[in-house]
Amino acid sequence: MSATTVVSTGSTGGSSSTSAGGATAAPLEHVADAVLELRGIRQTYGTGEAAVEALRGIDLVVTRGDYLAIMGPSGSGKSTLMNLLGCLDIASEGQYLLGGVDVSSLDDRQLAKVRNQQIGFVFQSFNLIPRMTALANVELPLVYGGVKSAERKRLALEALDLVGLADRVDHRPQALSGGQQQRVAIARALVTSPTIVLADEPTGNLDSQSTDDVLGILDSLTKVGRTIVVITHENTVGAHAARVISIRDGHLVSDRRNRPLGATRGNGAAV
Amino acid sequence: MTVIETLRSAFRGITANKLRSSLTLLGVMIGVAAVILLLAVGNGSSQQINNLITQLGTNTLTVRAGSGFGFGGGTTATDTSTKKLTLDVANRLADAGLGHVDAVVPQVTTSLTVSSTNANETSVSLVGTTPNYFTVTTAKIGTGESFTQADVADAAKVVIIGSTLATELFPTGSALGKSISVDGTPFTVVGILATQSSTGVSDANSVVVAPISRVQRSYTGFGAISTMTVEATSSADVAAAQGEVEVVLNQLLKYNPSDTTATAPYTVTDQTALLQTAASSAQSFTVLLGAVAAISLLVGGIGVTNVMLVTVTERTREIGIRKALGATRPAILGQFLVEAATLTLLGGVLGVVVALFGAQFEINGTQPVVLGYSVPLALGVSVAIGVFFGVYPAARAAAMRPIQALRSI
Ligand SMILES: Nc1ncnc2c1ncn2[C@@H]1O[C@H](COP(=O)(O)OP(=O)(O)OP(=O)(O)O)[C@@H](O)[C@H]1O
Ligand SMILES: [Mg+2]
Repeated sequence: MSATTVVSTGSTGGSSSTSAGGATAAPLEHVADAVLELRGIRQTYGTGEAAVEALRGIDLVVTRGDYLAIMGPSGSGKSTLMNLLGCLDIASEGQYLLGGVDVSSLDDRQLAKVRNQQIGFVFQSFNLIPRMTALANVELPLVYGGVKSAERKRLALEALDLVGLADRVDHRPQALSGGQQQRVAIARALVTSPTIVLADEPTGNLDSQSTDDVLGILDSLTKVGRTIVVITHENTVGAHAARVISIRDGHLVSDRRNRPLGATRGNGAAV
Repeated sequence: MTVIETLRSAFRGITANKLRSSLTLLGVMIGVAAVILLLAVGNGSSQQINNLITQLGTNTLTVRAGSGFGFGGGTTATDTSTKKLTLDVANRLADAGLGHVDAVVPQVTTSLTVSSTNANETSVSLVGTTPNYFTVTTAKIGTGESFTQADVADAAKVVIIGSTLATELFPTGSALGKSISVDGTPFTVVGILATQSSTGVSDANSVVVAPISRVQRSYTGFGAISTMTVEATSSADVAAAQGEVEVVLNQLLKYNPSDTTATAPYTVTDQTALLQTAASSAQSFTVLLGAVAAISLLVGGIGVTNVMLVTVTERTREIGIRKALGATRPAILGQFLVEAATLTLLGGVLGVVVALFGAQFEINGTQPVVLGYSVPLALGVSVAIGVFFGVYPAARAAAMRPIQALRSI
């Protein structure tokens, strides 16, 4: 299914070099190799006098395999944008295509399937379910994905091993450090092998060592071709990304590329 | 999500918070047990009353002097047009050859004191009647024998006494053949009544029964008698017998029922009426207990509701996380439904067990009899409450966008 009509306000606030197609009135072709396409996205909270315009017309295209960092001051709308990307919320205006499919046309069941299979979401506050072991937490997306018990356990252990927590699988979140909890959360985001990994300030609550661990994991994900979008305040975190966009007051104000698409940090070799 | 998975996550939810789960369990258990047990007590007591009444026999009519219940005094003083219900009237009624009447048992009653050489005076009710009293009414001779028609003719000083009274007056030996003093006059005990289950305020096992002629001569005088028990030929003939009796009595007592100024000199009640009265009072007792039970179920239900609401509010965030991970609305509802249903069902079944166990014991002199419908009713209501308030808030949370649920609290 591919969207042909586009509602675009064309009010992009800044330069958006890779925003293919631009804001033309004519029906847009689905950008080849684009996983995420946002057109004229606006998000308004509340109504009347109390209304807050968190996003004021965002156009953005993210290509498969890219590593995107979203930066900007507090309250600029980063999380709002991320929640839309993760299908955790619905935009008040504009069009969001995920893998070429207009998300607004999906019903509850289809949305659940998209969240389950295409998106891995990492929250700043971990959002693990208390009283469930690390293993059970990581298995949860697979449970909703209908994966059989034995296979589920194998995949979850694999994911926990990937984040270096093979020896902590039976611990409950309360018994894990913040960095370990965030790694469990990352394992949970990865376990379904989603196309896109979204992380909203994944290192916001972590010390430098844990931050390095988490960034290392994200770096390794780009090598296997995952698309990553990460929100951060810190330039050091932004430096890991291949592309950095900045948001201010709900507008996209800058878009810059650190290295070519497909090149990984350090060796610069194409995958 | 498969059924097994739903069950597993529900079970995890239940065991995750043991205090909450046990409070829910307890609330449902108490509510269910209270409903079943209280209804069982009400039912038990109404059955008890019905048993007592059927013991009285259903083929008898009671003719009372006076126009209402319990007025032994007969017609009012100003009423001169009608005659009183006397022993003579009773005898003439008995001799009238009515087709549906087997026996007429006249009775006079009075209260006085009796004593023996072994015991002090105790007050009892004295019944003066004829020998067929022991065949028609529920008072039966236990040991010894009845007084005879000849005793009635002679106004003999013989008595039959109740079993409780017998042991009271003669704690050591048999009362048979002994002499007791009835208001100072010596009487010989010729028989002792079989023990009866007590029907009302007066203890049926503490009565003294003597020939009606003697009681009238020594104590009540020859005026009006208090009641007559009329035995119909069968329980099917009670209504016919009542008609016949009324015709004869109206004639004998010169009472015209169509004359609105005249007061009825007697009233006839049959056991069916008595049965209905008692049954309806037992019914209202059961209804009362049922209301109390319903209140306790409600209170239990509110407790469960409270726990469930707190739970879901607490767990709205969890619902948000699950939705973010790809849980569909039915998957979340299924989990909460199974959780709530398991908890309340378990509590309900425990409540049923407690109630059935409790019903084995006599409560305040009443053996509870569990009403069949009360078990599914109590169970159904409590499970419905638990499930509704467990699932409804969860359904609301599940209908939210994940971010809304995640942001709450
Ligand atoms: N649910 C909501 N209701 C009302 N206003 C909201 C809501 N969520 C966000 N906002 C507002 O929208 C704006 C953008 O919020 P958002 O959370 O996206 O900021 P952010 O860029 O993630 O900030 P931070 O870096 O502090 O996390 C803010 O002004 C915020 O107050
Ligand atoms: Mg934020």
